[in-house]
Amino acid sequence: MSIQKININNHDLSFKPGMTILEVAEENMIRIPTLCHLKGTIPTGACRICVVEVASANNLLPACSTPAANGMVVETDSNKVFEARRTILELLISSGNHNCAVSETSNSEWIDFQVDAMKYEESEELCPSWGDCKLQDLAYQYRVRVDNFNKDWVDQPPELDNPMIVRDFSRCISCGRCVQACNEVQVNRAIDFGYRGNDTKIVTAGDRTLMDSDCVFCGECVQVCPVGALVDKKSRFKWRPFNTEKIRTTCPYCGVGCQQMLHVKDGEIVKVTGVEEAEPNKGRLCVKGRFGYDFIYSDERLKTPLIKENGEFREASWDEALNLVTDKFKTIIDESGSAAVAGVSCARSINEDSYQMQKLFRAVFKTNNIDHCART
Amino acid sequence: MTEAHPVAATYLKNAVQSGAKLILVDPRKHKLAEFADIHAPLLVGSDISFLNSLMYVLIDEDLYDKDFVKDHTEGFDELKVKVKEYPPEIAAKTCGIEPSMIYEIARELSKVKPVMCCYTLGITEHTCGRNNVVSIANLQMLLGNMGVESGGVNPLRGQNNVQGACDMGALPNVYPGYQPVINEKSVEKFEEFWGVGGLDKENGLMIPQMMDGLVDGKVRAFYIFGENLANTEPDIKKVEHELSSAEFLVVQDIFLNETTVFADVILPAAAWSENDGTFTNSERRVSRVRTASEAPGIAKPNWWIFREIAKRMGQKWSSNSAKEIWDNELSVLAPQFGGIKYSRIEKDGLQWPCPTVEHTGTKFLHKDGTFTKGRGTFLPVDWTPPAEVPDEEYPLVLSTGRRLYHYHTRTQTGRCEGLNELLPEETADISYADATDLGIDNGEMIYVSSRRGKVKVRANVTDEVPKGLVWMAFHFRENNANWLTNPAFDPITLTAEYKACAVRIDIIEGNL
Ligand code: SF4
Ligand code: SF4
Ligand code: SF4
Ligand code: FES
Repeated sequence: MSIQKININNHDLSFKPGMTILEVAEENMIRIPTLCHLKGTIPTGACRICVVEVASANNLLPACSTPAANGMVVETDSNKVFEARRTILELLISSGNHNCAVSETSNSEWIDFQVDAMKYEESEELCPSWGDCKLQDLAYQYRVRVDNFNKDWVDQPPELDNPMIVRDFSRCISCGRCVQACNEVQVNRAIDFGYRGNDTKIVTAGDRTLMDSDCVFCGECVQVCPVGALVDKKSRFKWRPFNTEKIRTTCPYCGVGCQQMLHVKDGEIVKVTGVEEAEPNKGRLCVKGRFGYDFIYSDERLKTPLIKENGEFREASWDEALNLVTDKFKTIIDESGSAAVAGVSCARSINEDSYQMQKLFRAVFKTNNIDHCART
Repeated sequence: MTEAHPVAATYLKNAVQSGAKLILVDPRKHKLAEFADIHAPLLVGSDISFLNSLMYVLIDEDLYDKDFVKDHTEGFDELKVKVKEYPPEIAAKTCGIEPSMIYEIARELSKVKPVMCCYTLGITEHTCGRNNVVSIANLQMLLGNMGVESGGVNPLRGQNNVQGACDMGALPNVYPGYQPVINEKSVEKFEEFWGVGGLDKENGLMIPQMMDGLVDGKVRAFYIFGENLANTEPDIKKVEHELSSAEFLVVQDIFLNETTVFADVILPAAAWSENDGTFTNSERRVSRVRTASEAPGIAKPNWWIFREIAKRMGQKWSSNSAKEIWDNELSVLAPQFGGIKYSRIEKDGLQWPCPTVEHTGTKFLHKDGTFTKGRGTFLPVDWTPPAEVPDEEYPLVLSTGRRLYHYHTRTQTGRCEGLNELLPEETADISYADATDLGIDNGEMIYVSSRRGKVKVRANVTDEVPKGLVWMAFHFRENNANWLTNPAFDPITLTAEYKACAVRIDIIEGNL
C-alpha cells in the first residue's frame, strides 16, 4: 500500500487510512479543540468546535468526524476557523447558566444574572465545575464576550434527588458525551436525547429522575461531561482542581482492579475519577469505585487497640496489646505446639500485608496454619 | 457480572455491541441476558451435567479441535468415555436446559475461535466446585481455546486482592509464589532467606478445619486479619459457636463488626489509601496502592503490626515499608514476581509471570498451548448434586451472591454516604410463579428458613429469578443469607456451598 499523506498547517504527515483529521493532528501534537468528541465512540459532530479549513471544501469541516484523505490540505488555526469557533462559543456561553465570570460585561444585567444563579444553586459559590470546564477554558482562550444570556433555566432547578449525581441542565451544552458514555462505553443505556428541536435535552426513559431510571450510578457521564451540567454530589463545591492533589491508586473493592485518581484536599479524599488510558479500566469506574471512598473517614473507625476485660473492651496502648498477644501465642505454642495457633489473612488488604502475615506464622510461630478466604 | 464486576462487564457489553456473540449460562435472567444471543437458564448446581453434555455433542458431531487435542493434551479417550454418558436428552433432565439448546450452544461454540469463558463464584461455591472448574477447562481444551488471547478459562476474582493473597502464600500449602511447603528445597530456601530454622514441613489447616479446631480445642489461639467471618461464613449460628469457643482470639480490622465481638484483643489497622502497597487483580496485574490520608488515632499499617509481633518474639525483620517488603523480599523469593519492582509499576501495573526486570509481563497463560506441565490433561468428572436438595419440607433452592451497591458485609459501603440510599435493605428475590403460588405480593415481608436458621426479609418478585429459586445476598446482618447457607464443602478445596441449599418461604401472619 502506498503511503498516504495529508498536509496540516504546512506539515506533510503520513497516516493510516481510516484515521480522522483529528487523530492525525493529535498524533503529531497539533492541538484542535474538542467538546463533544469522546474517544472510542462514534463521532457525532454535534458541537462543531473542532472545525478546520480544508482547501478543497467550501465549508469548514469538523476534524473529529472527517476522515483524513490523501493529498488533503488542512489549516487548523486560520482566521476563518478562529471566528467560527468564537461564534460557536458565544452561542454556547449565552445559552445557559455559565456564571463563571467569563463575561466581561459590566452592566447590571450581569449582576442580576449572578444573583439568580446563586439562588438557583443555593450557594454563593460559582459553578461547581469552575476551573475544570472545557467551555470555560475555551471561552478564555478565544476571548469570548457575551452580554445576552438565556435565563430559561431559572425555574427549572437542578435534579438533586439521588445521593450521587447532580444533573443541572442550566449548564448543559447538549454535546452528547454523557449519552455516549452511558450507551457506548458503560452500556447501561440509562439516558438518551429526548424531545425535538429547541426542547432537546438529555432524558432517562420516560424523562424520570435518575433515581427512578435504569441508571446504576457508575458516574461515567459525570466524568465525561465537559461542563458543570453533571457533577458529583459529594464533591460539589468542595473540590476544585487547583486546591487538590492527585494521587493514583487501585480500587479496594472487586477483582477488576480499576485504576483510580484520588483528588485529595488537606489530606482528605474529596473526589475519585477513573485514570484515563490506564490498564485495566481505561478511565471507567463503577458506583463503588467512584463513590465508595468515604468509609475511611467514618467516626466509627477503630483508633486504638482494645483489650477485653470482664466482657468489656477497654482502650490499650500498642505495647500493652502487642505484649499480650505475644505472651499468649508464646504460652500456647509452648504448651500445645505450633499447630495450636492459626490465622486467617485478608483478601482485601495489600499483598505486603499478606506476605508479612504468612511470614509471621511460618518463620516465627513455625506453622503453616495460615489461610484466607479465597475459598469463600 | 454487571453487579459484582461492573467494569469488566462493560468490556463484555462493548464486545457484544461490536458483534461478538454472548452465551449466558445462569439460573437467573439478570442484566446480561439482555445482551446475550442465548441464555441457558440451567438449574443451580447442574454445571457439570451441562458441560459434559456440550462435550458429548462436540465429540459426537466431530466438532472439536482435533489438532489442539492431539498436539497439546492427554487423556482424551477417558474424557470421551465419560461424556458419552451425557447425551443432551439425558443431561436435560438434570440441568434443566432443552436438548435443542444444548446442541445449539455446542455448535455455536465450535464455530468461532477464540471463545473466552468467564465465570465467578457460581462455579466454585459448590461442593463440586473444583470439578466444575476442571470441567470448564476440559471444554476449553476440547475447543482449542487455551493459550490464546481472549480465550481460556477466566475466573473473575471476588475480592480485589484474592489473587494477591494467594500469590503471597496466605495459604496452608504454599509459600509465596506457589512453592509447596512440603518440598524440601523450598523449605531450605525460605529457611535460609528468612534466617530461621525448623519451618513446618506439613500442610497447615484450611479455614473450615481451623474453625472445627476452635471447638475441639486443637486450635487454641486464632488470629483473624480483616475478615468478618461471623457474617461471611455459611451457617452463622455455627460460626458464632466456633468463634466463641476460641481460647484466645485476636482480630485486626478497621471497624468493630460481628466478628470483633468475640475477640480478646482488637488491633486497629490502617485502611486502603492510608497505606502504600500493591494489589493484584484478576488478570494477575500487580498495581500500586498509594497513601492519600492518615490513619485515624494510632491505627497502624498491618505489615507494621506483624513486624512488631515478630520483634517481640525475637526476630528482627529488616524491611520497614511495603516497598522494602516487596522489592527486597517477595520479588526475590517468588520467581514469577522477580521482575516486578515498585519502580516499574509507577503507572500501569505488570502482569505476572514477570521473571526479570527486562520482562514486560504476561498477558495470558499457556501461550501456544504449552501448559505448565507440558500437556494439558483432560480430567473427566461426573455431575454430583448439591449437598442439600429441595424436599417437601424445604421445597426451594437458595442461591446467594453480591449486589452492585454494596460490598460484602457492608462494613465499608454501609459507611459511604449515599450507598445505603441506593440499596437500603436486603430482599429475597423470587419468581412470579412462586409468589403467586404462595400468595406473596411484591414488597411484602416474608420468612425464609432453612434447616439452620430463619430470616425475615422483604420479597422482591422479579422475572430475573426462575421458579423454584430464591436469591439473596449477604450485605445486611439481620437477614444475611448466611443464617441459611449450608456449611457443606468441596472435598478438595473446602470451599463452601454458598450457591445452593434448600429453603422454604412462609408468609408472616397479619402482615401487610
Ligand atoms: S459550566 Fe463552565 S463555562 Fe459554564 S459556568 Fe460553569 S465553569 Fe463556566
Ligand atoms: S451514572 Fe452511569 S448509568 Fe447513570 S446515567 Fe451516568 S453513565 Fe449512565
Ligand atoms: S450533560 Fe454534560 S455531557 Fe451530557 S450533553 Fe450536557 S453537557 Fe454534554
Ligand atoms: S468535537 Fe468535533 S464536533 Fe464536537
